[in-house]
Amino acid sequence: MAKVDPGSSAHEVQTTTTAVGPTASPEAECTALVPPAVVAQSLRDYMHGQTLRIRGGESGVLPVVLGLVVIVIVFQSISPHHVFLSAGNLVNLFLQSIQFMVFAMAEIFALLLGEIDLSIGYVGPVGAVIAVQLVQPATTNWPWWAAIIVALFACALIGAVQGTLITRLRLPSFIVTLAGLLIFNGVLLITLAFGPFSGYPSLSGSQSNVHALYDLMWGHVSPLAGWIILVVVVGALGGGMFFRDLRRRRSGLVAPPLALTFLKVGFMAAVGVLVVIICNLNRAASGILEGVPWAVFIVLGVLAAWTFLLQRTRFGRYIYAIGGNPEAARRAGINVNAIKTWAFALCAFTAGIAGILYASYLGGMSNNVNGGQLVLYAVAAAVIGGTSLFGGRGKALHGVLGGLVIGGIYNGMYLLGLAVQWEFIVTGLVLIGAVTIDSLSRRGAALGSARP
Amino acid sequence: MSDQGSNGVPLLKAEGIYKGFGAVQALSDVNLTLPAGQVTAICGDNGAGKSVLIKCIAGIHQPDRGQIYWEGRPVRIRNAREASLLGIETVYQDLALSDNLDIVQNMFLGRERVRHRILDEDDMERAAAETLAALRVTTVQSIRQPVGSLSGGQRQSVAVAKAVMWNSKLVIMDEPTAALGVTQTTMVLELVRRLRDQGLGVAIISHNLNDVFAVADRIAVLHLGRMVVEQEASTFSRQSVIEYMTTGGLGLTEVGAHLMNQETKNGEG
Repeated sequence: MAKVDPGSSAHEVQTTTTAVGPTASPEAECTALVPPAVVAQSLRDYMHGQTLRIRGGESGVLPVVLGLVVIVIVFQSISPHHVFLSAGNLVNLFLQSIQFMVFAMAEIFALLLGEIDLSIGYVGPVGAVIAVQLVQPATTNWPWWAAIIVALFACALIGAVQGTLITRLRLPSFIVTLAGLLIFNGVLLITLAFGPFSGYPSLSGSQSNVHALYDLMWGHVSPLAGWIILVVVVGALGGGMFFRDLRRRRSGLVAPPLALTFLKVGFMAAVGVLVVIICNLNRAASGILEGVPWAVFIVLGVLAAWTFLLQRTRFGRYIYAIGGNPEAARRAGINVNAIKTWAFALCAFTAGIAGILYASYLGGMSNNVNGGQLVLYAVAAAVIGGTSLFGGRGKALHGVLGGLVIGGIYNGMYLLGLAVQWEFIVTGLVLIGAVTIDSLSRRGAALGSARP
Repeated sequence: MSDQGSNGVPLLKAEGIYKGFGAVQALSDVNLTLPAGQVTAICGDNGAGKSVLIKCIAGIHQPDRGQIYWEGRPVRIRNAREASLLGIETVYQDLALSDNLDIVQNMFLGRERVRHRILDEDDMERAAAETLAALRVTTVQSIRQPVGSLSGGQRQSVAVAKAVMWNSKLVIMDEPTAALGVTQTTMVLELVRRLRDQGLGVAIISHNLNDVFAVADRIAVLHLGRMVVEQEASTFSRQSVIEYMTTGGLGLTEVGAHLMNQETKNGEG
């Protein structure tokens, strides 16, 4: 009869300290864990709430933003001729960061579930090889867009197969995707060997179809187009935020204070203006090279798409629910296996995007891909950005911010002329710092919920 | 909400339920009636079959034999979804809430409202606020705060609100006060009374006789997989419930009383 009354005492430990009624609890302690934006009536309230929250361990993106500021200050002051903040280097830094950002956004799908995908370090590059091979004029000569679509779907299929193994056979994702890392390292070498390129299919050459792939990273829009796009994007996002607040106030719901929304939109616009100004400066050693790189829009596009998917759709909500409490998700009637499988497919799909950008950055593919390092940097970037390794907490934005941190370290170390070993060591230390913050904030939150 | 408890047809009636797990017979020939607008406490010692019984009603387990009648109609409840389609919602002891999601997100988990495939947050927030207000759950600061930041009693309230949100007619609660302190227990018991006053049928599993006598209109006692008594709460004394729980009611005879007293001591250990 052991089945009857499961764990009737197991839960008694959990909340026996909560004898004090919630009405009697000190206001300040409660406030610490409530998102200030949902209760604050004024900007001052919001700032106060935010401070309490940070003290309570819910720091959000603050650590990574502070980290970026530190990186900028340090490298700007010690880099030779203070070249770190020059327009040319900042664009370069951004292009170097892109692989980390997009691989990290891929990994976040797995991390949100409380799982991990180690295979993307080679699944992404396999997608890249497929795309690069298919556009070669000497062999298949596919249009660049068709090659990209096929490559991304191949990646998604790989992810779906791994996800199926993980969910249906209940195998640990760590092992399945570790096997995937090895398998697709092999597949990478096989796919590279096709065609008369002795294992080095390249994106160089003047043929416009091939050049389209090369331009993903190295092409840019005209300076004027950069400004127009900025105005449209900030206008749409800002207008959307104001409109949403207005609608909520009209229907009697709590909306963030108007001043806060102004501040957010203003900040967004300021960052955008700064990026466009920097990119529109002439960064060529000789001749003219100016304009916002296409890659900026690709990354923002991926960020927008995945933010929308994760925050505004049922699918995204279910990913968070499964990461937070899989049993609750199952009882709520969510098809946990299907959602997980789709998440692994999207993870590999995004890794395919990252891989193609990586190939574009390098101007081709070779066997000189360190997939193990790519995936570890992806996990590191996601965690540095603020995504939890334990599931249920994280955003696509964290991948972008964490990718910038790793890219910043990589770039700064390179400028200093320090060898790669120092880059590894510093990145490792930053990662430990980030995981410590994650772990401390979880402990802070756990202590917080034990309080009434 | 219909109040059929008084005019004959009970909300739910289970007849002759048998359920075994391998060699263990968890339930034998159990009858149970759950009327609308009343709180029925299901009592019993550990291993008496309380949880198995409510899981049979909630669709988690299939009875081996026996019949369940819902509003007088014979029904088969094959899973939790079918139970909630009928209007049966269960609040388990572990509450099944996601700490990382806020109150609204938890209350709508698995049944989110969408417009053009986009989550309709405003609509859900309004509906959640209405339900919480109707249950007078007013101690939470904001319904947009993560459930992980709530106290035990508040979490229980959210779990109950989640259960009654769906026009449910019967709410089953497994040990709702087991992990709570005094104030929070009072809060949850008030919530139970409010559900009853709104005409819902409520079934509560509880070990705690204080709670049972505080809210129950009817008491059903299981002993070793058999329903030994099921009556109005006013017909019981605290002592008699303990006797039923520990001895299965043998103690009502003069001869058994002596034996029973000894067993009571053993049973409470």
